[in-house]
Amino acid sequence: MKHELNPEKWVDFYSDYLFNYTINRINDHEIAKDLVQETFLAGLGALKNFKGEAHERTWLISILKRKIIDYYRKINSNKGKAEVRVQFNNEDDNEGEWLETNVADPFDKTAEDEFENQELGAAIYGCLAKLNPKQAEVFKMKTILGMETEDICKELDITTSNFWVLIHRARTAMAECLEKHWF
Amino acid sequence: MKKGFLFISCEEAKHICDKAQYGEATLWEKFELKLRLSWCHITRSYVKKNQKLSEVLRKTNLKGIHPKDLEILKLSIQEELKKQH
Repeated sequence: MKHELNPEKWVDFYSDYLFNYTINRINDHEIAKDLVQETFLAGLGALKNFKGEAHERTWLISILKRKIIDYYRKINSNKGKAEVRVQFNNEDDNEGEWLETNVADPFDKTAEDEFENQELGAAIYGCLAKLNPKQAEVFKMKTILGMETEDICKELDITTSNFWVLIHRARTAMAECLEKHWF
Repeated sequence: MKKGFLFISCEEAKHICDKAQYGEATLWEKFELKLRLSWCHITRSYVKKNQKLSEVLRKTNLKGIHPKDLEILKLSIQEELKKQH
């Protein structure tokens, strides 16, 4: 099956997923955010190289891995040497080719293992994307970003009771969705 | 709607359960919820699902980008796409 790219949907579908992938490897919120943005922009620049062999999420992750490695190379830290586990077949590979040939790297098992938890994360974000946008926003701010109820209500200009109604609907929908797709 | 002292409705029980997932239910509310749990299977089922969701979320320890930053990100992608067309 040939996969297709929908760059217009990347932010909605993959930004949080890619951000989680990054933050687990680079413990800096701002840098992680920048790398996600760079990944999307690099993806846009490499659209022509996409052959449809990998799912777009896998393809974006492969770009992100490269970005993370580049980041560690740039700061030349010992942490980078210890944490970067992606294998390179050829340093001089053309980036477009690299993206396609390395996405299903059979030697990248450690990353695959780590991926199980990330798959659950992806399922959660998949379900979140299906929610009513307001419910999703409130749920994310409260549950994932860990913001205070009062701050969310102020920021979104909603009452506390409205907030809890949105949370309740979001949690019910999330539980149902995850039950269908994960549990 | 309240049924009376100590007895809360199913909707109230669900609301308390939601608050409890974020550590925002009072001791008294938790007590009221427990009381209802002892006899209401609908509440029990909801609490079970809700706790399971919290457990999964805790396990994955998800982090995210603030919606405002996502909007900025979206704009930069849209601008880049426009440049390409």
